[in-house]
Amino acid sequence: MGRTFREMERTPREEGGSWKDRIPWNKYFLAGLVMTGLALALGILGLFWTPYSTTAMSASEKFDPPSLLHIFGTDNFGRDIFSRVMKGLGTTIGISGLVVLFSGSAGILLGALTGYFGGLADEIVMRVTDAVNGFPSILLTLVIISLLGSGRQNVIISLGIVFVPSYVRIVRSEYLKLRDADYIRRARLLGVKDVRILFVHILPNIFSVFWVSVMIGFNNAILAESGMSYLGIGVQPPEASLGNMLSDAQGYLQAAPWYALSVGLSIVWVVLGFSLFSEGIRRGKCE
Amino acid sequence: MKYLGKKTITLIMTLFLVSVAAFLAFQIIPGDVVMSILGTEATPEREEQLREELGLGDPPAVRYLNWMTGVLKGDLGVSYRYSKNMNEMMPVAELIGDKLPVTLWLAAVSLALIVLVSIPLGVLWVRSGSRVLDAALGVITQATMAVPSFFLGILVTFVFGIILKFFAPGGYISYQEDFSGFLGYLLFPALSIALPKIAMTARFLRNSMLTEVGTDYVRTAYSKGCTKRRVMYVHVLRNAMMPVVTFLGMIVAEIVAGSIVIEQVFSLPGIGRLLISAISTRDFPVVQILILYITFVVIFVYFLVDILYRVIDPRISGK
Amino acid sequence: MKRCFHGKKSLCVLLVTALLAMAVLGGCADGTGESSEDNSSKESTVESTQTDSAESGETTGADASGESTEPEGSESGSAEDAASGQETGDRYGGSIVVGVQQDIDSLDPHKATAAGTKEIIFNIFEGLVKPDENGNLINAVASDYTISEDGLVYTFTLRDNVKFHNGNVVTAEDVKYSLERVSGLLDGTPLISTLSTIKSVDILDEKTVQVTVENANTELIYSFVAAIIPAGSGEDETADPIGTGPFSFVSYKPQQGIVLAKNPDYWQEGLPYLDQVEFKIINSADTALLELQGGTIDFYAYLTDSQAQALQGSHQVISSPTNMVQALFLNNAVEPLNDVRVRQAISYALDKESINDFVGGGNGTLLSSAMLPTLKEYYVDLNDTYGTTANVEKAKELMADAGYADGFDMEIAIVSTYEFHMQTGEVIVEQLKEIGINATIKGMENSSWLDEVYNGRQFDATITALTCDMTPGYLMNRFQTESSKNFINFQSAEYDEIYAKAQAALDPDEKAGYYKELQKILCDQAGSVFIQAPANQTAISSKLEGYKFYPVYVQDMSTVYITE
Repeated sequence: MGRTFREMERTPREEGGSWKDRIPWNKYFLAGLVMTGLALALGILGLFWTPYSTTAMSASEKFDPPSLLHIFGTDNFGRDIFSRVMKGLGTTIGISGLVVLFSGSAGILLGALTGYFGGLADEIVMRVTDAVNGFPSILLTLVIISLLGSGRQNVIISLGIVFVPSYVRIVRSEYLKLRDADYIRRARLLGVKDVRILFVHILPNIFSVFWVSVMIGFNNAILAESGMSYLGIGVQPPEASLGNMLSDAQGYLQAAPWYALSVGLSIVWVVLGFSLFSEGIRRGKCE
Repeated sequence: MKYLGKKTITLIMTLFLVSVAAFLAFQIIPGDVVMSILGTEATPEREEQLREELGLGDPPAVRYLNWMTGVLKGDLGVSYRYSKNMNEMMPVAELIGDKLPVTLWLAAVSLALIVLVSIPLGVLWVRSGSRVLDAALGVITQATMAVPSFFLGILVTFVFGIILKFFAPGGYISYQEDFSGFLGYLLFPALSIALPKIAMTARFLRNSMLTEVGTDYVRTAYSKGCTKRRVMYVHVLRNAMMPVVTFLGMIVAEIVAGSIVIEQVFSLPGIGRLLISAISTRDFPVVQILILYITFVVIFVYFLVDILYRVIDPRISGK
Repeated sequence: MKRCFHGKKSLCVLLVTALLAMAVLGGCADGTGESSEDNSSKESTVESTQTDSAESGETTGADASGESTEPEGSESGSAEDAASGQETGDRYGGSIVVGVQQDIDSLDPHKATAAGTKEIIFNIFEGLVKPDENGNLINAVASDYTISEDGLVYTFTLRDNVKFHNGNVVTAEDVKYSLERVSGLLDGTPLISTLSTIKSVDILDEKTVQVTVENANTELIYSFVAAIIPAGSGEDETADPIGTGPFSFVSYKPQQGIVLAKNPDYWQEGLPYLDQVEFKIINSADTALLELQGGTIDFYAYLTDSQAQALQGSHQVISSPTNMVQALFLNNAVEPLNDVRVRQAISYALDKESINDFVGGGNGTLLSSAMLPTLKEYYVDLNDTYGTTANVEKAKELMADAGYADGFDMEIAIVSTYEFHMQTGEVIVEQLKEIGINATIKGMENSSWLDEVYNGRQFDATITALTCDMTPGYLMNRFQTESSKNFINFQSAEYDEIYAKAQAALDPDEKAGYYKELQKILCDQAGSVFIQAPANQTAISSKLEGYKFYPVYVQDMSTVYITE
């Protein structure tokens, strides 16, 4: 008997062989993988080891142009820019990861509940989401940061809050669609508990849609974090973040153009890598 | 019509929520208005006097009501921070009225750039049929979309301002003094805003056109003996443009928000820069009005897009 | 006699400016600089006596134009001008744009408190007296003043025919109104705290005003730089700012700038040269550099060192000391900074020379207490106390003594838009690592900083610079235990006692002695780590001449002219 239940309960999950077959080996995916992989590897390595100290200053090495010793050159304190970019990658990617984790889980929870049950709670959550969406996100982060103060944790908290609505919207609309699907109706008739339907029956089926928005969200988080640090309200120096380095570098655009270029291009590298990666996944194996 | 009414109520509800939120947020934000205005050198008596002048002694609910009734009557209040003359503070309406044209023109120039470049680009992309061009445009647009606007601003400054000397960075020309000079200067910040959006719109148009190319009516048109050119421009483009117009609507909302950062990078005296400095100096009358205003613009544009979408595509209104 | 004087005076101004210009052009060789001083003192004996009397603060401020009681004097003066005007004629006219960092905080000269506003409105408003480029007082709206023996009664004689920008002649009523407004006699709200000691302002005759004060203080005369404004203008709702300065107010646009026009009736003959000066607000130092290079601004002070280097050659770049004291201010009331040994250890650990090298290009003046070297009579050099380079051994020893051999965590609050202080912070964080202190920077908005740090005193350490005026008491005042401005919670009964004595002292030498003691206490107790008076690097377009550097925070545009 239980067995029949299982069968009847079975969700129309994508039929696929092993995970190897599901990797979309297209050129977007590959390029993205290589770029993201390199950035991640450098960022993680940077947490433990960098070619030079990221904080030690040297007056004699101020503004050395790129060379074999310092491939990105040195900054206004004589610090190796490449080492600092490695540290900055770690900071930026780490923060963005936490932001996505935080806002993604909150988004799933809120989106699932409101999409599945609807009602007054749904109405309220949607109004708030609309209001937050109407707010330009930069404005909202500015306001939240004014409340909390700057610094690493507060960046994570404020971006986390700002990003929740976008996930809520997507998750909610998926749940809205699936709650009336035949297999869900059947499960309900069979007396499956709501919690189980929410997270066991529906959740796995929205992952393909959700995954893409996570990737986009990750990219936006990187842009937002560096933007905040650029405006001076994010990660504080001397801790390296790609954004605050770029903000420093802007002051030396003429004396040391390599500073702004190498930092700015590093941001572009990461963002491009991720967007290619997610594009590759979105296109799947068809190309 | 019923739908329209419901949407309008939602719009008003949202604005009300935002106004309350904006007002409340600034009640709890740390930082004393009076200190912020007077700095460290004023006498304690002067601080007390100013606190009274600003009506900061009243409870928040009273202040919200006073403020809101004023706004509804068209009185936007006066700035805490900026003087109009020796004894009066600058009315918020006047302050924003002076800055708004800069931001609006910036948005207009950006939008013009986006439309003028992205649509021909999208058409060219689909029409050429060259695989090399297709791949190249694919890579270029993807890369452009990955450049954060503030870095793009720095790059534009560096390339066009410092190396090529096409414009004097920071040498903003007031629109009241020399309008063509003003537009000329705006071109560069507008370029920084427009580039990624051009890439986005061109890609969107391309995809939209490719979808149309595969539809029955296009095949019918071909079978009727229409030329490729005619099919492209009369049938495909016209139909593909519908979603692009609504897409552009969203871009407008994004431009309004995006100009906040670009105005900082290019030191343009628009409402974005006013907003940032008003937040940091706790000039709440200005901040609250600006938040309301920006939110209104964004939500209203979305609202229009929504309506437009229904008008264009009757299938949706069936729901 | 009158003729002669006026001619002489304008000639003298010419000579001074010409020599100054030569000094500037000639890379400011010492010889040239000295000869310019010599010449000016010879030629303008009248002015120097005036200066002397102002300095001693006693008896008459003998001003030459005080002798000339007839207003027609100006006519004959301009005749002389024409005679010597051959080379000067083309100095007149033109307009320039001056880049400034801060927006105006108020257009009311009595309510403006920001240094960035005062430096601009210096050109619009004048007090009874005003500072000159040597840090002395000269007579402005007053032509003469006396101070009674007991220091309680000030009698000012108004200069003849000084006109407001609206064309009205300054009357005794205007002076009375202005002084009563700033002192709080008008509505109970004093606007300038030092002047709240004024008990009464009486008009003796139409040219003489007598001010009676509560407490004698030889530094008080410096507060009479407070602007003289038309009577009643503080209540007039639509009043544009009107003063007596060399330039009159034309327009102000928030976040963009303020435009001033030449005051044709200015009482100083021959000044100003320029027809129009625009002060343009530049929101970041990076933009300032680009604008200087693009020629959209002609003048900008407070450049960073790398900018100054980038502008060498294309602009006149001149370094002058600022009247600011930059310090790592330590909250004396929190653990472990309440231990004097810890504060001393930090003082030893900092390498002020390398801070100056990294952040100020080596142009700053290193300090060890809260007094500026420009206040020569009062300043005492205490740089030997902790040395100007790091003494890590000594610092570690003191840390161990205090029981912090392993160091501790410390948060340094800095207003994040002040790049100079942020960079100083970065260097300091690195230097403190040497003695085990794990410092982190907390970037803040200015308003939060004022609220939490300055007023709320909720902080460990903070880096900022305090602006000084022309009086020694201005900076020392705040370190009294009970002072409302003592945001570092400095506590020293000895300091309080000596400060009171310094204020009461009427003899200049005695007073200077007390101030030197105060500096020493502050330094020995390591109330905070005073770092430097940062250098002010100013870029001036090569076509401009005649700018005078002041040891106070003002930008006097009246003597600037265009050469091309």
